[in-house]
Amino acid sequence: MTVSLSSGVIIARCSPARLTFGLVGFLLLASLLSLSTGAAGLGPGELLRALLGEGLSARDRVVLYDIRLPRLALGLAVGAALALSGVLLQGLFRNPLADPGIVGVSAGAGLGAVLAIVLGGLLPAGLAAIFGTWLVPVAAGLGGWATTLLLYRVATNGRRTEVATMLLAGIALSALAGAATGVLTYIADDRQLRDLTFWGMGSLAGATWTKLAAAAPLIGFALLLAPRLARGLNALALGEAQAAHMGTDVQRLKRLAIFATAAAAGASVAVSGGIGFIGLVVPHLLRQVQGPDHRRLLPNAAMLGGALLVLADLVSRSIVAPAELPIGIITALIGAPVFLWMLLHNLHLRGR
Amino acid sequence: MLEIQDLHIRLGRRSVLEGVSLQARAGEVLAICGANGAGKSTLLKAVLGEVPALGLVRLNGLDVARCGAAELARTRAVLPQETEVAFTFTLGEIVAMGLEAGDFFDRPDVRTLALQAVGLAEREGDAFHSLSGGERQRGHLARVMAQVWEPVGPQGPRWLLLDEPVSSLDLGHQLQVMRLARGFADAGGGVVAVMHDLNLSAMFSDSVAFLIDGRLAAHGAPSEVLQTDLLERAYGCRITPDRIPATGPWFLPQTCEPPLGGGVPGMVMSRSY
Repeated sequence: MTVSLSSGVIIARCSPARLTFGLVGFLLLASLLSLSTGAAGLGPGELLRALLGEGLSARDRVVLYDIRLPRLALGLAVGAALALSGVLLQGLFRNPLADPGIVGVSAGAGLGAVLAIVLGGLLPAGLAAIFGTWLVPVAAGLGGWATTLLLYRVATNGRRTEVATMLLAGIALSALAGAATGVLTYIADDRQLRDLTFWGMGSLAGATWTKLAAAAPLIGFALLLAPRLARGLNALALGEAQAAHMGTDVQRLKRLAIFATAAAAGASVAVSGGIGFIGLVVPHLLRQVQGPDHRRLLPNAAMLGGALLVLADLVSRSIVAPAELPIGIITALIGAPVFLWMLLHNLHLRGR
Repeated sequence: MLEIQDLHIRLGRRSVLEGVSLQARAGEVLAICGANGAGKSTLLKAVLGEVPALGLVRLNGLDVARCGAAELARTRAVLPQETEVAFTFTLGEIVAMGLEAGDFFDRPDVRTLALQAVGLAEREGDAFHSLSGGERQRGHLARVMAQVWEPVGPQGPRWLLLDEPVSSLDLGHQLQVMRLARGFADAGGGVVAVMHDLNLSAMFSDSVAFLIDGRLAAHGAPSEVLQTDLLERAYGCRITPDRIPATGPWFLPQTCEPPLGGGVPGMVMSRSY
């Protein structure tokens, strides 16, 4: 299994079965590590006993079922959603540098979430009740959707995406969403400010089953929809016109891909704040190992994204234990250098 | 049968095509020729439904404007002038995309056969980006041919629509590609190719549609259409036809001076640095 850069000649690729096997193993390992590590002292031994069906103390049971399991599940869901939205955005823009955090989709989703937190109280009681805990994720999804749509209009002409245009448009959209978020923060009252601060920390801390239930429908929708877009996204790598000649309904593909991106990015932003670079690093790593075929890239990215975010969360809460480092710092420490490296490499290849 | 009826296209204020009507039969190669900007590629795009056009285009009796993308993809494959490939797909993966777009998704052998046809079988595992310009053009041709691998399907003849298929190829590969197109037509499929090279058009096509300024100036057998006066009017330069038995006419431009009838102006070099 050798890995070749795009300037290389012959490409050797990891066999699909072996890669899937490895990813599942990695996912399980990360999950078990995450479940058996923490401040409350529930270690691998107790975890093993719990798995074998032996009794746990009441305290350990609360730690496992109400703190660590929801945190693990949220980490997996958010990691999968971030990686998935990265793959979808990159396929849509035909460019490996598109990441929801970098091109402003997360900022747009954040604006949606803040709008819901600050102005949600103004909704008629009946309407607010219908949405309930889903109000913030749905608003974030709508914010992400509007941003992606706008970005697509600005940054690509269908044949190719200029990297500079895409990144600059991302900066502009992020700034715009940030300004609007600032205005909303300014007019928020004390209780809303507390909510906002809590939300904006970008962390899996405070994960609950309720939070997971709020994000799960949107993320699940994106996970189910994405594989149906894989063949079309492959064809789209040859440009919109060629994809159409090869039988893809391009308008429908774009609509659905933007929709799924927004649902995944929006839901993850709504429950965990902005965690960056997962959507950039995971697809990049996988393309090096298995190639760019979206039929395998989409499910594999969901698995690797979940596993990596759970590991990053593990580091963030054990490195300065019992305190916690925001997880966004960990992902940025790994992701930002990778992004810079890719940017250099990408410019070297003249935007290819 | 490909039928084009009274096609008008305006891009902005400019009229690019004015009332073009022509037919192409399966089993034949139709070359669309003309000077730069005469409307050749636009005509092909109209046949593909890529540009909004006034008029009717029917492929095998189906109104192209009303067909779904998937249905059309099984009937015809399209080679554009340039295709940029995003991400590091291998040549084999690119050809497989064509395979899956048509009726041959259950024929993995076609992938190798198509690559063999364009002489790139050994490069199947190479990164597409690492190929040279000419190899990429042939790689895309292999993909396009894999999409319509059998020239005649259950729904009737299949079609190859090629936009300057030999523009970046050397002499030997130009002949190789034109022979493939000829073979596709001889086996019952239809080929429409936008061509710049009059010699190749004369050698390989059954009919030539010649466009001047968005109008169909002539349409018929190559030897009837490719007449010296028409070509000099179209290209604005003197042309010396030469006939070699069995292969048809060869056209050699003699000189571009003086310009004829306001066609191509004399070369004016004005650079200020």
